[in-house]
Amino acid sequence: MSILTAAQKKTAKRMPAPALFLSAGFLALLLLAAFLPGLFTAADPLRTDIGQSLLAPDSRHPFGTDQAGRDVFARVIHGARYSLAIGFGATVIAVVAGLLIGSLAGLMRRVGDGVLSRAIEIVMAFPEFLLALIVIAIIGPGEASLLVAVAIAVVPAYARVARMQTLVVKRAGYVEAARTLGVSPTVTVLRHVVPNALAPLLVMATMGIGTAITAAAGLSFLGLGPKPPTPEWGLILSGGRNFLATAWWIAVFPGLVITATVVSTSILGRHLQASTAGPQR
Amino acid sequence: MLLVVWGAATVGFFSLRMIQGDPVNVMVGLGNVSEQVRDQIRADWGLADPLIVQYVSYLARLLRGDLGTSYRMQQPVADVIGQQLVPTVQLMLLALACALLLALASALLGRGRRRAPVAGLLELVAVSSPTFWIGLVLIAAFGFGLGWFPVVATAGFGALVLPAVTLAIPVAGILSQVLRQGLDDAAALPFVDTVRARGASHTRLVLRHTLRHAAANSVTLTGYIVGSLLGGSVLVETVFARPGLGRVALNAIVDRDMPVVLGIIVLAAAAFSLVNLLVDLLADRIDPRLATERAYA
Repeated sequence: MSILTAAQKKTAKRMPAPALFLSAGFLALLLLAAFLPGLFTAADPLRTDIGQSLLAPDSRHPFGTDQAGRDVFARVIHGARYSLAIGFGATVIAVVAGLLIGSLAGLMRRVGDGVLSRAIEIVMAFPEFLLALIVIAIIGPGEASLLVAVAIAVVPAYARVARMQTLVVKRAGYVEAARTLGVSPTVTVLRHVVPNALAPLLVMATMGIGTAITAAAGLSFLGLGPKPPTPEWGLILSGGRNFLATAWWIAVFPGLVITATVVSTSILGRHLQASTAGPQR
Repeated sequence: MLLVVWGAATVGFFSLRMIQGDPVNVMVGLGNVSEQVRDQIRADWGLADPLIVQYVSYLARLLRGDLGTSYRMQQPVADVIGQQLVPTVQLMLLALACALLLALASALLGRGRRRAPVAGLLELVAVSSPTFWIGLVLIAAFGFGLGWFPVVATAGFGALVLPAVTLAIPVAGILSQVLRQGLDDAAALPFVDTVRARGASHTRLVLRHTLRHAAANSVTLTGYIVGSLLGGSVLVETVFARPGLGRVALNAIVDRDMPVVLGIIVLAAAAFSLVNLLVDLLADRIDPRLATERAYA
């Protein structure tokens, strides 16, 4: 996201309304699927049935079935919970950590700020996926490490924005006023600086959820996340890899859902960006 | 640049040592080995020394270009990496060429009221699709479906096409976004009128003038692109079952083979800072604005 967001910032045009409705609707359905998968499918994502294996998509199995006869649609629907949880979880951790690091850097004096912002800059030169991979390399594979790795990978971008916001807010009149009135620095930071720095971070986070979901799916596709029978999107895809010649649907549909999710979060994020930034130019 | 490499080596070294279990377990695997043998292994590998001594000797060896020895493969890390470097670099170069071509095409064609939204949508989809999924779709469509490209072959140019295109698509998406924006920005600059008034054709204007402005903006993305290619190659090599650095990295991560992991981290940091250094040097040359500034200075 790092440089990418900076590049997109310039292109923050308002999104056409139909695209906006479509993506908001898709995300709403996805959320519903994460909480109430039973609404969409009655099939059990883990129940195997060899007699029904590798069936092409039809009305009974909209996304077909996999090598063990599991319904791919049901697996994708149930997988929404894992993928969204990792995407949201990592993003929330990253926003909180980024806010802390960024506002700390923004409030510190020269040396502290210099060291922190240099560190942020260096880490931001790496794309998220590579960073997440390095973090996994260090802390080892697993479901929890996946969450941590994705979160760490996206923190620097949030920290940078939080720092810039803090620098702006720090000089604002109301902070001066608060200080003159004798409000303690801690209270000033919590009451004024943090809430003001939060708004642009939340806009970023909307787009960031998409990035986090892709990164997480990529890592679990490599086998560095949850273990096989789990209906996680990346894992379903990697399971489908061996059956591409006979059953393309196992791999194609979950990927389509991931792409649609990321496209939707980007569209929504850009819309928020455009509307918070006000009319541009 | 050296600072970045040193930082990566240091952070990598200590965090790998802190978090990972006993390296001896990695070496002996699940075999039942007496404590005596374990001590012997520790002494042989210098693992019995205090951490700081190990760190200093690691840095000293690093300066001489020695990355240590793999726990699992019992051969020098530099050899392990060296053997696999060529296929990955080949893949990355071809992918970079594809990405540039695709981005240029989309940026030059995707302008104007009608076409811009189409290009925008394509870019968005390209950037949003997971790399590994693109790879699988391409295999299913062009490998198995149409039979244009070999699916499992590891040698030859044909086998390189699908992986390179896979790796190129997300990069092309980002690049095209930035290029198109750059072209739009440059088109609004006053010098465009001057060039037009001189009677230059539209093609000449775009190719000689505005594209240079736009390219200067995108050059700053180079570091990001190299990183995407590097990270993406891990996924692409897995999808296409190709040999390469990405596979080495993945296996080392799964096997907990610390010297290899550390070696790759150091290599990535070095490659990265080298590229960024080159980009800084190049940026002054390409960007006409910086060049004029220097001429006046």
